[in-house]
Amino acid sequence: MLEIRNLSAGVDGKEILKGLNLSVQAGEVHAIMGPNGSGKSTLAQVLAGRADYAVTSGSVTFNGVSLLEMKPEERARAGVFLAFQYPVEIPGVNSTVFLKAAFNECRKARGETELDAVEFLALVKKKTKLLELDPALLNRAVNEGFSGGEKKRNEIFQMAVLEPKLAILDETDSGLDIDALKIVSGGVNKLRRPDNATLVITHYQRLLNYIVPDRVHVLVQGRIVKSGGKELALELEQRGYDWLLEGAAANGKP
Amino acid sequence: MMDTLAQTDREPADAASFFGGELGPGPAWLQSLREQARTRLGEIGFPTTEQEEWRFTNMAPLRQWSLHAAEPGARQVGPADIEPFRLLEDGFCLVFVDGRFRADLSTLPGRDAGFQAGSLRYNWDHDDARYMQQHLARYVKDETNFFTALNTVSFEDGAFVSVPAEAVIEQPVQLLYLAASERPGAAVHPRNLIVAHHGSSVNVIESYASLTDAPHLTNTVTALALGPEARVEHCKLQNENERAFHIAAVQAVQSRNSHWLSHSIATGARLARNQIQTRLGAEGAEAILNGLYLARGEQLIDHHTVVDHAQPHCESHEFYYGILAGRAHGVFNGKIFVRPDAQKTNAKQTNRNLVLSEHALINTKPQLEIFADDVKCTHGATVGQLNEEALFYLRSRGIGASLARRMLVRAFANDAVERITLAPVRAHLEQLLTGWFEGLDISLSSHDR
Repeated sequence: MLEIRNLSAGVDGKEILKGLNLSVQAGEVHAIMGPNGSGKSTLAQVLAGRADYAVTSGSVTFNGVSLLEMKPEERARAGVFLAFQYPVEIPGVNSTVFLKAAFNECRKARGETELDAVEFLALVKKKTKLLELDPALLNRAVNEGFSGGEKKRNEIFQMAVLEPKLAILDETDSGLDIDALKIVSGGVNKLRRPDNATLVITHYQRLLNYIVPDRVHVLVQGRIVKSGGKELALELEQRGYDWLLEGAAANGKP
Repeated sequence: MMDTLAQTDREPADAASFFGGELGPGPAWLQSLREQARTRLGEIGFPTTEQEEWRFTNMAPLRQWSLHAAEPGARQVGPADIEPFRLLEDGFCLVFVDGRFRADLSTLPGRDAGFQAGSLRYNWDHDDARYMQQHLARYVKDETNFFTALNTVSFEDGAFVSVPAEAVIEQPVQLLYLAASERPGAAVHPRNLIVAHHGSSVNVIESYASLTDAPHLTNTVTALALGPEARVEHCKLQNENERAFHIAAVQAVQSRNSHWLSHSIATGARLARNQIQTRLGAEGAEAILNGLYLARGEQLIDHHTVVDHAQPHCESHEFYYGILAGRAHGVFNGKIFVRPDAQKTNAKQTNRNLVLSEHALINTKPQLEIFADDVKCTHGATVGQLNEEALFYLRSRGIGASLARRMLVRAFANDAVERITLAPVRAHLEQLLTGWFEGLDISLSSHDR
């Protein structure tokens, strides 16, 4: 589903991703772990199409099409979804109006008929239950005045409504208490299907107790330095990242 | 823009003669007011950008016009013409075409309505002459403003709304001013008088639009008097054609515990200058000044507001929001006076501007003059662009760049729209905003890749 080949990218002339390779198949959950500053969030932003990041080399194909030439909205319509690490507050834009517009834009792009207000509200009601999200939040402006936990829950709620093919969860666990974490991961697990995939980006192993990955990759200094099964996450939890940092530094030497 | 207008060869000897200097109609007491104002016109002089009050708003182009009083009946205006501008299905509507009251197109309150609304001229010509004499000149300050004085010299008619004590008028009253002249340079000087007596309540919508593309001048003055405990919501909507000059003064005088909710929604005219002011003249008075200006192309939209805290324990809250595109120019000047007696004043002023083009310009200036020591006064002005983070967030959910931008621009105007309590006005604004955004080329930045 997702093929990343030799991807290098940076911001303001500083290279952050340095030849990253990753392959994700439909039905899989992959975890990207790594220390702060290793490029985890950059990867998420590049995949979502943020223009501040410049791709200097490599390719990303998504279901056979090249992702990097696509605008952010085109990627979303093709089924890429980024759950933001820091969801943006947008005063004056009503949550429901926003989500209905997004939902129908995605449907239109797929050649499906748009849902009217009544049909959409029925769908929303169903999905709020999945995330145990207070429906009253949806009468408010997008993320405005939401608590940290509510914002993260709202991201996964949007994911539940939009039903992407590839969901990228960028540090979705940060700022969540244990109960919220269970609810959010429960939601993500219920959304898993044989035809979609999830990329979980996290600093800590904790989230992976609830969203169990098929593959775990360690990102260090812009490269994946180690990949393994779910047990790799536990090893990282015990040993930290330092032993891999040394390895990466050694690899980087001429 | 001005090329179709005949230029006058002669430089006028004085400002008054430039505008003809002819006095408007009316009985002797009114003529006397007009003569005094005409004298003042010469003293004040035509405004120039050297004067602080007119620093950013150059009125000189108006001097190139051959202004003339709008001719009656130049264009036949019927019910179908006014329909798009009527905001109220079952409210009252006073229609003025080129400044002339059109009873045939108006919906006036009946004798049992419990209040009066009609032509000012009719009232000074008939039984209310004494009442008119008592109120007409009383609230308007035209000592320093050339155009306000000019209005006093020239006004032919306008709306008169008078609400007796304790009357609560639920149905809003719309004052609809339409410019219909095909000949460039038609000038109209409407004068409105709104008096809300003790404990009364009324909602007035004052709207200005053009039926032709011809350049014209509207120079309007509205006086509002709010008695003790009175409540008035006044909504001024200005959407004249983009060659028009629109000059307006809205002047309120507030008594004890009165509540004035003022809106100025300005989207039209080549040059629009709005002077919105209130005098909080007795304890407990409260004013909310809400404004929204949308300018694009070569438009200049100027708001000068004055909140005069003359007595203690009064509150004023001022929110002016501007959206500027193209090569448009916005001007905001907010004066707050707190007089020595006005202890425990609470005054707040906010001016926010969204600049959508690198060629658009805003001059914003708070001007607080505080002579009392136990007061709470705050002010803030911001000038910003669309939030790129928010834009990316919307797009990352599948919303196209153009729609995402419109959503954010609309969101910026949201608070100003929400402060209007009259649902038909909000609905009208919703349409107006949609139309405005669709006609807008929000230039794409590098971030739209």
